[in-house]
This record gives sequence, C-alpha cells and structure tokens, in this order.
Amino acid sequence: MAEPSSNKGLSRINTQTILMLVVVALWVFIALNSKYFLTLSNIQNIMRQMAIQGILAVGMVVIIITAGIDLSVGSVVALVNIVLSQMLVKGMPIWLAVVLSLLISTAVGLINGIVIFDFGVPAFIATLGMMTIARGITLLLSGGSNVFGLPKSIADFASSNFLGIPALFWFLIVTVVIIELMLRVTKFGRYTYAMGSNPEAARLSGVNLRLITYGVYTLGGFLWGVGGILETSRLWMGVPTTGLGYELDAIAAAVLGGASLFGAEGNAIGAFFGTLVMITIYNGSVLLNINPFWQRVIVGMIVIATVAVDQIRKKRK
Amino acid sequence: MFWVTPPVGGVMVDLGEYAVVMRGIDKRFPGVHALDHVDFYLRKGEIKALIGENGAGKSTLIKILTGAYSHDEGEIIVYGKHIEKMTPIISEQLGISAVYQNLVLARHLTVAENIFLGKEPVNRMGIIDKRELFAKTREVLKRIGYESMVSPRAVVGDLTVAQQGMIAIARALVRGANIIIFDEPTAVLTAREVDELFDVIRSLRDSGISIIYISHRLEEIFEICDNALVLKDGKVVGERKVSETSIDELVTMMVGREVKKSFYMPDKKKGEEVLRVENVTSDRLKGCSLSLKGGEIVGIYGLVGAGRTELARAIFGADKVDSGKVYIRGKVANIKSPSSAIKRGIGLIPEDRRNQGLALKLSVKHNINLALYPQISRGGFINLKTERNVAAQFVKALSIRTPSLAQIVQNLSGGNQQKVVIAKWLATKARVFLMDEPTNGVDVGAKEEIYELMNQLAKEGAGVLFISSYMPELMGICDRILVMKEGRIVDNVPREEFNEERLLSSAIKI
Repeated sequence: MAEPSSNKGLSRINTQTILMLVVVALWVFIALNSKYFLTLSNIQNIMRQMAIQGILAVGMVVIIITAGIDLSVGSVVALVNIVLSQMLVKGMPIWLAVVLSLLISTAVGLINGIVIFDFGVPAFIATLGMMTIARGITLLLSGGSNVFGLPKSIADFASSNFLGIPALFWFLIVTVVIIELMLRVTKFGRYTYAMGSNPEAARLSGVNLRLITYGVYTLGGFLWGVGGILETSRLWMGVPTTGLGYELDAIAAAVLGGASLFGAEGNAIGAFFGTLVMITIYNGSVLLNINPFWQRVIVGMIVIATVAVDQIRKKRK
Repeated sequence: MFWVTPPVGGVMVDLGEYAVVMRGIDKRFPGVHALDHVDFYLRKGEIKALIGENGAGKSTLIKILTGAYSHDEGEIIVYGKHIEKMTPIISEQLGISAVYQNLVLARHLTVAENIFLGKEPVNRMGIIDKRELFAKTREVLKRIGYESMVSPRAVVGDLTVAQQGMIAIARALVRGANIIIFDEPTAVLTAREVDELFDVIRSLRDSGISIIYISHRLEEIFEICDNALVLKDGKVVGERKVSETSIDELVTMMVGREVKKSFYMPDKKKGEEVLRVENVTSDRLKGCSLSLKGGEIVGIYGLVGAGRTELARAIFGADKVDSGKVYIRGKVANIKSPSSAIKRGIGLIPEDRRNQGLALKLSVKHNINLALYPQISRGGFINLKTERNVAAQFVKALSIRTPSLAQIVQNLSGGNQQKVVIAKWLATKARVFLMDEPTNGVDVGAKEEIYELMNQLAKEGAGVLFISSYMPELMGICDRILVMKEGRIVDNVPREEFNEERLLSSAIKI
C-alpha cells in the first residue's frame, strides 16, 4: 500500500522484524532471570524511561529522513529545563511557563533551519554550533548550579498515571501517532522523503525546500522543548548539565528503527521500537545486576550490528 | 564473404588469434535468465560492437569479463589462458579495463595524479617524484594524441566530460590495458568530441589493443567498429561484419521487428501560442526569444554547453534570470521558482534523470504524484485514493513496467524511469513540456514509445520543446528546429529545410 514504509522493500521490513524479535528475545531472557521485570510497576517504569528519549528519537527521525541531523537536542532539553525551572521558581503560572519554554525551543529549531538552508551551513556543523551555544546559555542562566524549589505538582505529574499508563508515556504515544500520520498521509511528509532522496528532483517538482527545512528543524525544536518539559517534571529541578548525549541516543534509536543517515528512509514507529530496545537493555541490565557501564557497550554493539546486517542484505540484493 | 562465427564446442579454433574467447556463458539471476549460453569472441586488434536493448545482457556479459559477476557455466579464455574464476583483480592483471559512462575519477586530484593513482613513480626516499610523474603523464597523453589538449597539472573536476573520458583511457593504458571496454562513451559528447574520441580508439586499435564498444547510437558503430554482436534477451541473435550490414538490419535484429525511423506526424492541429520567451538573459543566456504553439514539437539543437539546458531551466524558474519575459498562453508569467512554473502548466524533464528527475529511493507512486500533491491534498492531507488512482492510471497509460506501484524507482530500467518522469508531468496536466535529452540512455523500444508520447501530447494540444544533441531524432519528429550557440538562438529551421549540414553549421560556425 501507500505508506512510506513500503519504500523500503522486503529487506527493510525484515530488518525491522528482526528488531522486534530482538525485543521479544530480550524480554523473555530478562523475565526468566528477574521476577521483577514483568511486574506492573517495572513496565510503568520502562514507559517513563522511554517517554523522553522516544519523543526525541521521533523528532530526530523526521530530520534524518531529509538527510539532515540535529546535534543540539540535549542542550535544548537542558536549556528548557533551566528556563522552565527558573520561571516556575519565580512563581509564573505553569501554563505560561510551559508555553514560553516551547516558544524558545521552537525558535531555536527555526534558527537551525535558517542557518542550514539560507546560509548553507551543513546541518552537522550548524547544530553542533547550536549545541554549544544552548549549553553555554544554560550554564550562564543557572550560574552552573541546580535550580530548586519547583512546585510539587510538577513532580506529581511525572509519577501520575492515566488509564494505568504513565502520563509521560501518553505524550510519546500521541507524538508517535501524529508524526507517523504526518509522514504517511500529508504533503509535508511526502516532501520530507522526497527531499531526503533527491533535493534537486524535489525542487524541480515544485517542492519548496526552504519550507521543508524550516519545518523539520522547527518541529524538532518543538519536540526537544516537549522533552525538556517532561525532563523537568521527572527531575523536579533544573539541572544545567542534563541532557548530555541525548542527541546520540536519539540518533541511535532512529537508526535502530530503520532510518538511514543518507535520507529518505525511516519512520516514527521504527524510532519508537528503537527506543524500546535501548531502554529494555538499560532497564534489564539494572535488574540483572550488570555493571551499568556495560549498558553503553551493549547498545553500541546493537546499533552497529543492526545497520551492518541491513547493509549486507542490501548488497546481496 | 560473410563473417563466420567461430564454431562452438568440439571444433578447435586457433586461440592465438583471439584476445578473449567466452564460450557458452550462462548466468541466471533470481527470476531472470540474464545470459543463455552466449559465445563471444574478440580478436586481437579488433573493435567489436556489443549491441542490444537495455536488459539484453550486454552489461552482464561485460561484468563477467571484468570479474564483477561470476558466471554459472561456460569458459573464459584470455590470450590463450583458461581462467577458472574471473575476479576484478585477475581481470585487471590480464589487462582488461572498462571506461564507464559515469567515470570513476577523483575530481579534486590533478590529471597526472588520477592517471597514476596507486602507481605513482617514487624516488629512493619513497616520495612521489613529481617531475617523473608529469613526464610520464605527458608521455601517455601523447600516446593517445592528447598531450596538447590538457595539462597534467589541471584539476580533473575542471575538465569537460570529454577530457575526463580521455583521462580515463590514459589511466587504463598506464595499467597495461590491452582489452578496453567502452560503455556508452559518447552519450554526453558533442560531435567534434566524438570524432576526437574515435581517433583515439583507432590509434589504440592500431597499437594492437582489442576493444569492446557498447553504444545505443548505431551510426557510431558503422564509423568505428569492425564487427557487431547483437544480443537479445540474454541470447546471441547473430554477428555481422559492419561493412556488410545496415542500421536497419541491426535494429531489426535487436528489436526482433522493423522499427520506424520517422515519427513525424504532419496532421497535428496547431493551436494558439502556449509559450513565448522574450529576451531571456542570464549569465549563460544572451537574449533568447522563442515561441511555441500548442500542437507543436520544436527541437532545440546545439553543442553541449550552447545553453540549451540553461534555457529550459530558465523558462522553468529553476535558475536565476537577469532579464527577459515569459508568456504563457499570451499572459505574462512571472516565474520565480519551479513551483510557480508548475502552477502555470509547465513540466521539465531534466537531462540528468537520476540526479534531477527522480527521487530514486521513493516508490513509483510517490514519484508520479510528486508534482501533483498541492492539487490532491486538502489542509495538507493527501487524498490517498486519488494518489493511488493517478499512479495506476499512468503506469497503465504509459505501460511502465513495474511489479507494483510501491516499487522503488531505482529498481526500474532507464526507459521506465524516464516514463515515470514524463508521467509526473502528465499527471499535473502540463501544457508545455520542456524535454531535455529525454531519450538519453533509453533503449530503442522505449525511445519509440517516448516519441509516440510526444506526438500524442502535441495532438492533444500541448507544446513540446525537445532538446537533443542527436540530430536524427530531432529531424525525425520536430516541426521546427531551433539551433543554439553560445547562449543564443542562432537559427530557426522549418521542417522543409531540415538537413544535417545546415543544423551543424549553424551550431558551430563562427
């Protein structure tokens, strides 16, 4: 049928199927070795852990589909975390602080888009610069120290459930559904893939590349803002060094889920499953008493193995 | 006397005469019998044409000879030596070298560095001996009669495509090539450059090098080749001595039926003017004016670099224009971008299909609809049913051979890819078609279909601007031919006055 996932042909679907099998195998393995793993509270815990990283991965996948990249993710999360915390500590109404935070992060995304499209700075460099700038501003605003004294309701939100599912996870579900629909059935979605496959052909077919570039980075910025707000809720304080390495986790999850850094491949559901694999490993290794430093080694190996398997399949075809 | 194909199996042939003997070569891919017991003989110092439609098995055969593919059955003998398993390394050691259509040169390195890449002369310290490098480069350029044309110090990226081709040949020679394969070497060359290339090929032959020559342009085969082997559907149809056959015979062998030469349709109804261009000027165009009526097919001829592509792109809003006006159906059209051109019913079929015409990683369906989305979406949401129907309709109408609408365009043949590009503009109901080398790299059968399609468009009242470097195809279908030279339209030749000398002299005279 019509969806972008059909762009990938059989071999691609198989890779994602393999990823699903990896998840299932991991779950079975961990469940057999830890009684606690399949309890309601741990599953809710996994959902909470997934929420923020998942939202960031979904935002990243949209950018990667255009053959772009955004390295400013973690810094923008931290910026929003500090700005939001400071506004709340000063007694600003929560809704207003949230709206302002989103405006800031979205503006950062738009600036990324402008620098990349209008100044022709490669996305890697432009967002690397923005990553440093945003982190610097975060440290300047906070003086390098944590911000305390946020309303209790903020922390309560992070631990609350709705219909038995953590509130944070609902944000991820809504994000995945909206972005997946956007990619599959909207003009913007089609143009995103077209630009990632061949920007010149897209332009000569009437696609406004400027709007698409602004669009994907602005959408990214908005989602980094959402991530920052949820992060604030989880931390119940402002931590200027939070979010370190989030961009790399987001890229890893997107790639695990079938995105290609060369563009035109990937989708939101894939990014969701990519995140699930990573969080399962983090969660499972804690339960199995594996040295936490091994987690990163394992995740790194899985990312490399998935893409390698995929490349070998493509070559054989 | 007829050229006799050397006997297969059992009977001995004198292997000493042959550079390459491939006997009973069989190769299957999943679902395709790519080569069905093909025999291929290449004499020492022979220029052999390998012809056939796309998918006939030419590239597969060449890839087996160069070791890129392994064969399932058959034997390969190179210079009397049986090769059990051909690999790219053995192939290179044997002196087999291919000069491809899309050249593999390092664009940022100099001519000398490219030619001697991996074989640089070094001094005792192990450092590259620049003087020796340049001297040797001049030597090898001289061998192909090209030493006055290009400096060893020039950066390859700054050279013309023709010059790059010569560098590729020099590179092969340095590697001790004695069997050179040319795959569509003239596709992007001007007539003069083709002549230069042929001089080089002849001098290679005279020095004992054997040559395999692949081209869709059959005229060239008569100019340069000794013999032609025709493949069709993975089988050898036959071999002809070039001096004893004709283009018609070869085409009939390739296609398996007679092929029309002229597609001109005299009874098209000429309607109102659909496009007028007045004094369009840019850094590459010097005041171009033209007029195109509905129902008209107007050719644009000229050498590569004459500004034809630039003119089409300027009309389409793809490149910046300094001054000039474009009128669509009598109204001034202020076209600033491709999307505003599309809104006014213009479609551009770009010269470089793979880099400009198609989003190769997307499906047939998405490519066909790519320019149509503004018309079939509401509030940003695409009408998926319309999207599917449009794609299905044009896949059927243009008989695009694809297993499904979801097939990735990359996996289609050149001709079918081109039809997808054309379908994109048919879907937008364009009334002005700018076609830039639409038959490039497309086989005979698909070419015919494209010509028929142009006629069909004209018959339905659309105007077609047909850019081509290939005179016979322009003369075979156009109502008029405009000739461009150095950014200007220098001649406007009506059908009654078509002849090759006139077109060529307009295109090159000073």
